[in-house]
Amino acid sequence: MNAVWTIARKELSDSLRNRWLVAISLVFATLALGIAWFGAAAAGQVGYASTPATIASLASLGIFLIPLIALLLAYDAIVGEEEGGTLLLLMTYPLSRSQLLLGKFLGHGLTLALATVIGFGVAGVAIVLLVEDVAIVSLATAMGRFIGSTILLGLGFIALAYLISVRVSEKPVAAGLALAIWFFFVLIFDLLLLGGLVASEGTLNPELMPWLLMLNPTDIYRLLNIVAFSGSEPLSGVLSLGSDLPVGQAGLWLALVMWCALPLAAALLLFRNRRI
Amino acid sequence: MNCFELDEISHSYDRETVLKDVTLQLNPGEILGLFGHNGAGKTTTIKLILGLMKPSAGRLSVLGGEAGDPKVSQHIGYLPENVMFYPQLTGREILAHFARLKGASPAQVPELLAQVGLADAMDARTRTYSKGMRQRLGLAQALLGKPRLLMLDEPTVGLDPVATADLYRLLRQLRDEGSGIVLCSHVLPGVEPYIDRAAILTAGALQAVGDLPSLRRQANMPVTLDLTPTGDVSLLEDAVNTAIQGRGAMARRQDGQVMVNVTPQEKMPLLQALLPSGEVADLSIHQPSLEDVYVHFIGAGGLAHRGGAQ
Repeated sequence: MNAVWTIARKELSDSLRNRWLVAISLVFATLALGIAWFGAAAAGQVGYASTPATIASLASLGIFLIPLIALLLAYDAIVGEEEGGTLLLLMTYPLSRSQLLLGKFLGHGLTLALATVIGFGVAGVAIVLLVEDVAIVSLATAMGRFIGSTILLGLGFIALAYLISVRVSEKPVAAGLALAIWFFFVLIFDLLLLGGLVASEGTLNPELMPWLLMLNPTDIYRLLNIVAFSGSEPLSGVLSLGSDLPVGQAGLWLALVMWCALPLAAALLLFRNRRI
Repeated sequence: MNCFELDEISHSYDRETVLKDVTLQLNPGEILGLFGHNGAGKTTTIKLILGLMKPSAGRLSVLGGEAGDPKVSQHIGYLPENVMFYPQLTGREILAHFARLKGASPAQVPELLAQVGLADAMDARTRTYSKGMRQRLGLAQALLGKPRLLMLDEPTVGLDPVATADLYRLLRQLRDEGSGIVLCSHVLPGVEPYIDRAAILTAGALQAVGDLPSLRRQANMPVTLDLTPTGDVSLLEDAVNTAIQGRGAMARRQDGQVMVNVTPQEKMPLLQALLPSGEVADLSIHQPSLEDVYVHFIGAGGLAHRGGAQ
């Protein structure tokens, strides 16, 4: 455990040193406050609209931003050590490959989690302090759920980045593949799903479709944050498939946890077989 | 307990054999030179001992345990060729990080850095370090936790003569305290005075192993006698040629001296025949150097394997 923590500690101090932690926290806080106050500006309204609307807007933005930040943070975890010439040396220390990768995961995960808690937490506190008669309990619950799912989504994409990082031998290739993953899950997947739905002209088993949303962690994340307010916001686009999803909140949380655990397990397995 | 013991170790990459039946051990308190051309199998041997990969065949034990076992790795120091570090960290931070990984106390870091001559640069980021400074930092990390087995790949690259002398003094001290040390180098004259034994690899096979006198005997290479004449150099040349007649070697003149190559067995009979003649005023005997012995063992056949060797 000491070795894992030593690696995690270095990653965390690296992200403090290169200002990643501060930068991400600031971006999150600014976006959260901007959305809370100006989210309804298009409708001609300035000021805090409502907790569900704010969380829904934050989640919509989160699915673009969180995977990108997580992938950027972690894509060079292993390939970067190899290119930098430190991987060979690290592996001669009393440190297993699993410990190295888990240490990286802990360090990157803590960086992202801290930035999320600080950034969105500050926004939550500001809303409580500045908005009169806001329902604190419902805001705190929604914010807690939002922050928790954001961290899990980030961890999932960190694990996906590792999957690339342990396989390739050049950093630019890893960066390209990380962007491809982002494109696929954030932009392409839903289009493919909707396209498939339309093209099948009803021949696809309708009960299967909602389950397909579980194949994309960003959809699970949106469902978690938006379905929680079902009734207040109509589900749009591909998410409407999720309205008759036969799993509850717990199922969605579990699915998101699996999206962290499975890619991480696969990355550990691949890393063990990598030639150094 | 041996520092390591390789027993008929073979290893293949993608069906290509890179090590063949290598049997070699290192005793505590011994410095072993591991030599060979590029691609001879030195790095593979080191990686196997470090536990970075498993041998395809043969038995291997390191410090009485299994290669790669954390309990074993804790007592091994390793300096790779062209060692690199995190450029954004200072020398002190890097060494403290590696000390924690080794389960050693980060408190020893300043002392170690001072020992390798980095006391003044320990708080500078390593991106500002010269190659020699990186090498010194690499040495300091290899020395963390006082290793029982130390493996150094080209440790003197980038070091000035004073730093090189300091390094060898340090290695001798560690050896005298019981550590086993492996030195890989292409600069053979530099390491010759410091190694206890040499192992020479060619194309994945161990060609020879032993201390320098025994390698010279195995090689049966000629020694060179350098004779100073008392009077006329041609008289001495004739006397030498008469004494060695029929043995193939011929005396040659060089800078007023007479030189002759003879086998170790021929040396004493030749001197016994020559000295009574009174033609020899002085003499010196040149033994084959480590480099000569190395070239002998990698031989003409080795040239084809040598590729980019130095």
